[in-house]
Amino acid sequence: MSDRTALLLAIADDELILGWRNSEWTGIAPFLEEDVAFSSIAQNEIGHARALYDLAARELGTTADELAFDRTPDEYRSAPLVELRRLEWARTIARHWLYETADEIRIAALKSSEDPEIAGLAAKIDREEAYHRMHAEMWIDRLLATDEGRTRLNEAIDELWPYALGVLDDGLRPGLAARAQERLGRALPDVEPVPRGTHEAELAELWEEMTSVRRSAPAGSRW
Amino acid sequence: MIFEVFRQERKGQPFQHAGSVSAPDEAFAEIYAREQYARRQESVALWLVPRDAVSEIDEFPDEFEMKYRRVDGYSIKARLHEARERAGTLDMAPGAVRE
Repeated sequence: MSDRTALLLAIADDELILGWRNSEWTGIAPFLEEDVAFSSIAQNEIGHARALYDLAARELGTTADELAFDRTPDEYRSAPLVELRRLEWARTIARHWLYETADEIRIAALKSSEDPEIAGLAAKIDREEAYHRMHAEMWIDRLLATDEGRTRLNEAIDELWPYALGVLDDGLRPGLAARAQERLGRALPDVEPVPRGTHEAELAELWEEMTSVRRSAPAGSRW
Repeated sequence: MIFEVFRQERKGQPFQHAGSVSAPDEAFAEIYAREQYARRQESVALWLVPRDAVSEIDEFPDEFEMKYRRVDGYSIKARLHEARERAGTLDMAPGAVRE
């Protein structure tokens, strides 16, 4: 597998798994408007995953669906940050913001890629991600505005920080740390990243559910 | 806060009331309105108006039932038909079938 395909799959897997995780709030988000907005963000992430898988699939001679659903859990290249199941709102928002911030740094690097297909797709994805970032930033403002919110956000950030670092390659991590420290107005723990390539136990559970419909039908079924 | 949302379907068309969103402030309202009323490309623009900023008038007295001032007050259809008959211009009426 080329470096290009590996990179596309890593980002696609992040978007697919996070889209799935975020969609777990559908129907139970704190209030109706947020439910609709967060579900819509989840759908966007899955749409980005599809576009990235399509690009990778062309090189591998397969399809986006096969890449999304027919691999075994340990073949996914997602970062452990997106695999965590954290159905608690402060943690969800912390993860959402950490991921969007890391993703922005990663996408910015891809937009100046010499590969025109990657640069073009990155620019397209970034135009939608801009709204995800607005949403995440609003919630950060909101949480930072009260003592309770700040405490809950900081606890969640402390827990998730090593995972957030693991979303990015070595070279991009200092940029993420600088941005996060400035935005949150606090120092972040100096920890070892939880890198891509390892998986959380929750991924296998998610995979069971995510692929169950597809696995229930014989290979080659058309939907 | 409740915000009333108006949406414009195509450029140049009037904004029409679409519904409302409940949000803690204007920034949240913008995100939520975008997701609920424009995510499927069904609008080209949205207006958000805090419900408090809307003046409502809901009393329109009509003590003397001046029916003739209403659009449906009386029908001119029959009279128009007669007038056209007299003038011999029935076939020029809108919707008339021409031989």
